[in-house]
Order: sequence, then structure tokens, then C-alpha cells
Amino acid sequence: MTLNEMKDLVLKYVIKEYIDDDDVTITYETPLISSGYVDSFSMVSLLVFLENKFKIKIPPSKATPEAFDSVNSIVALVNQYLK
Amino acid sequence: MSYPDKIKNIYLTQLAEIKHAGIFKEERFIHSSQSADIEVEFPSGSDLKKVINMCANNYLGLSSHPEVIRAAHEGLDTRGYGMSSVRFICGTQDIHKELERRVTEFLGTEDTILFPSCMDANAGVFEAILTSEDIMISDRLVHASIIDGMRLCSAQHDTFKHSSMEHLEEKLLLHADKRLKLVITDGVFSMDGDTAKLDEMVKLCEKYDAMLLVDDSHASGFIGKTGRGTHEFCNVFGKIDVITTTFGKALGGASGGCVSGRKEIVEMCRQKARPYLFSNTIAPVIVSGVLKVFDILSASTERRDKLEKNAAYWRKGLTEAGFLLKEGNTPIVPVMLFNAKLSQDFSRDLFNEGIYAIGFFFPVVPNGQARIRTQISAGHEIHHLDKALGAFIKVGKKYGILGLTKDQIIEKYGL
Repeated sequence: MTLNEMKDLVLKYVIKEYIDDDDVTITYETPLISSGYVDSFSMVSLLVFLENKFKIKIPPSKATPEAFDSVNSIVALVNQYLK
Repeated sequence: MSYPDKIKNIYLTQLAEIKHAGIFKEERFIHSSQSADIEVEFPSGSDLKKVINMCANNYLGLSSHPEVIRAAHEGLDTRGYGMSSVRFICGTQDIHKELERRVTEFLGTEDTILFPSCMDANAGVFEAILTSEDIMISDRLVHASIIDGMRLCSAQHDTFKHSSMEHLEEKLLLHADKRLKLVITDGVFSMDGDTAKLDEMVKLCEKYDAMLLVDDSHASGFIGKTGRGTHEFCNVFGKIDVITTTFGKALGGASGGCVSGRKEIVEMCRQKARPYLFSNTIAPVIVSGVLKVFDILSASTERRDKLEKNAAYWRKGLTEAGFLLKEGNTPIVPVMLFNAKLSQDFSRDLFNEGIYAIGFFFPVVPNGQARIRTQISAGHEIHHLDKALGAFIKVGKKYGILGLTKDQIIEKYGL
């Protein structure tokens, strides 16, 4: 899977899972948590999605609001754990 | 003790940032008792202004009810002012147990434990009944006190889209392996005024062996045909595992809250909930007042019936005038303005017209969802509502928003 395919996959999940407002446009760079689109309590489902989809295990200490704050940062985190 | 300029400046900078962000909160001083007609000093130092209160949680108009005040006086005379102790040492009076019994009966549960506030009830309940093997699944719009309570709990947490039963079911399936699953919702959502789908939630919880916790602070006393709460409204009375609620809104409006529900869960709170263990409970004077509130509510549904009529009248008037409202059938009626500055300007102009109603904007409500939240009371008479409606229409015309759609308002004022 290419980097852009990974980003598209994560972006699609984030929009489906977290974004209710059709007026909102989310890009790879959009701040998700710090701008209030995703609350930190909702991160667990994103974590489960990433671990299942990419067959990886992300340590809880690395699943921080900062690491999950944009599609770009999420994919960067995933890449650290891909074999 | 050390408080050099270096430390002081850290706080001054943070306060300046709050002001710059437009979210600096200022109190308005009320010089009268809480009711539909109040006298307000605002800004600080200015002459008193008589205004109609459209933003209190005084849903049943009992905050200054003469019988409640008399009962509070009697409680003060017979049980004293304070307990100077937490409950389990020497801070429990007969009237505390009596109030717990009355709440249990009113809410149709098995047992009840009092807390100093519902904020404390929500702060204590989750950690008392869940462990790291468990999962909390909450609606995304639950009250801040629930969020804080969940943060204090070692159980995992996840959320579902506001009132989406499909999404809740997905989450119940996702977390099927957890030891205990607790679904968490407000009964009536304080910012939008809509009602949780408790009937559907009970069915899902039964299907997936999950418990259901409802914070009914904006419902207890008036939602449902006898005012028992959202569970009565949704025809699931007696089926909610945990209800948290407050005496600081409809039920007298002073302070205090509780956890009411399954006997074992309440007992776990009595053994483990930290705000119960390490803080005095509700003062005797307030307990006495709340007991009288339950006497009043048990004798008649007159006040909640009047509230329902007032809320319908208010909603109809605003709708016919061309305002955009959040859909709902509760006394919380949000008038949507979308733009944060417009909500503040609108609120200020209403105040000048003698109407006290507050504008809410991000982060209290989602970005681009700024509004004036109005709250109706049984203490309002039709003349209060007519005067308030006249002021809303006058200010609405000034800003040219009557009859506009959401997109048109956003086009005019931006998000």
C-alpha cells in the first residue's frame, strides 16, 4: 500500500466515524483533536481500526492526542510500527 | 511562599489569551431571589436593571417557592446548619436517609445515594463501579461532568455519534469482549434540548448485556407525564440501571445530586465513590427544602403541565416569527445564530431590551453552532413570554435574520 493509499484509507475512516456536518471539509493536514472535530475519548475506535487494518500494535503511550491530530500524523505513527 | 512576577505573568498571559479568544466569562450580579423577574447589576457597578430571566434551570419555578423556603427554615431550626463530617463518620441525619428513600421512590429505582452535587455524583460513580477490564461508551454530547468522571476512571472509553443507535450498536459489537459495558447518555441534552432515545438504548443494552447510565439533570421533575424523567417519557421506567441527577435545577435549584439505581451499584458508590467518602454531603437546610419539593411534585403535576404549555407557546412564537430553532420538545429552546459574535451581540441587545438570555459558542457548543439558549420555566407567565418574544423579534429584525435559512445566516455573518 502506498503512502497516499494509507492516507486515503485513514481519511475515509475519520470522515465516516467522526464527521457529522456535511459542511466540514477534512484534509490530510486538518487538525482533528485540537480543533474539536474528534474528542480524545473517541480515539479508542480509531486505534482499534488502525491496529486491525494494518495488523500492528500501537503502545498506549504512543496513542496520544498529538499523534492522532491529523491524518498525516496518524499515518506517520502507523508507519513506525509497520514491518 | 513564593509568587514572583515570573509566575504571575504565566497566569496573566493565559487570562489574556482567554480574553483574546472571546471566551472570558463574567458574572452578572443578581440582587433579587431567583425567579422570572430579577434585578441585575451588569456590568459590575452599574445601576440595577429589571429583566426577565430566560436562562435559568429553574424549570418548575420552585427556586423561591414559599413552601420550600419555609421547609428550609424549619430544617435549619430542627437539624442545624452543618454536619461537620462526611456521611460515614457522623454526617448522616435521618432526613438524608429520608431524601434517599424519596428519590428512589420518585425515580422508580432500587436505591439512592446523595452527593454534594451531580458534578460530584458523575465524578464518583464511574471509578466506583468499573475497572480497567471494562468499557464506557458515551454519547458524544454528554455533559462535561460525565466527561470529567470518565477521565477519573480506569476503564476504557469510546463514544458514539449523538443519538445514533446504529453507531452505538457498532460500538457494542466492537467492545463485546469487555467484562462490563456501560452505555452513558444525558436524558435531555443541555445545549440542544433534545431527548435521548432511551427506549431504543434499553433494547440495545439488553441485547448486548450492557448497563445503561442516564444523567437526567435537565429532566428530573418535569419530563414525562408525571415528571419522573426521560425514562418515564420513553416508557422505560424501572429499566435504567443508573440515573444521576441534580437538585440544583428543577428540584428546588439549590444544590446537591445523587446516584440512583441498582442496589449493588449504589452500595459500591457508598463504599468507593471519592466525592461521597471525602466530602460533606448536602446540608440539612437544603435536604429539608428538597423534601418539600417532592411533597409538591407528588401532590400535583400542575407545575410540569404549565411548563409544558409555556415551552410549546414559546417555541411556536419564535418559529412563527422566523427564528431557526433546534428541534425538540423540552423547555430548552436554542435559537440558532451560528456565528459566535452575532450570538454575543444578540444577547447584549436582548439585555438592553430587558431580557436575560445568554449566547453560547465554541467550545461550549460545536464550532459554527453558536446560539442563544433559552430556558422556559413554570414561573413564567404568558406576559413574560410575550415581552421576551417582542424583544427577540426587535433584535432579530435589527440583525436581519428573521425568516432566513441556516445558509443565509452563515452567508450574512460567516461561521
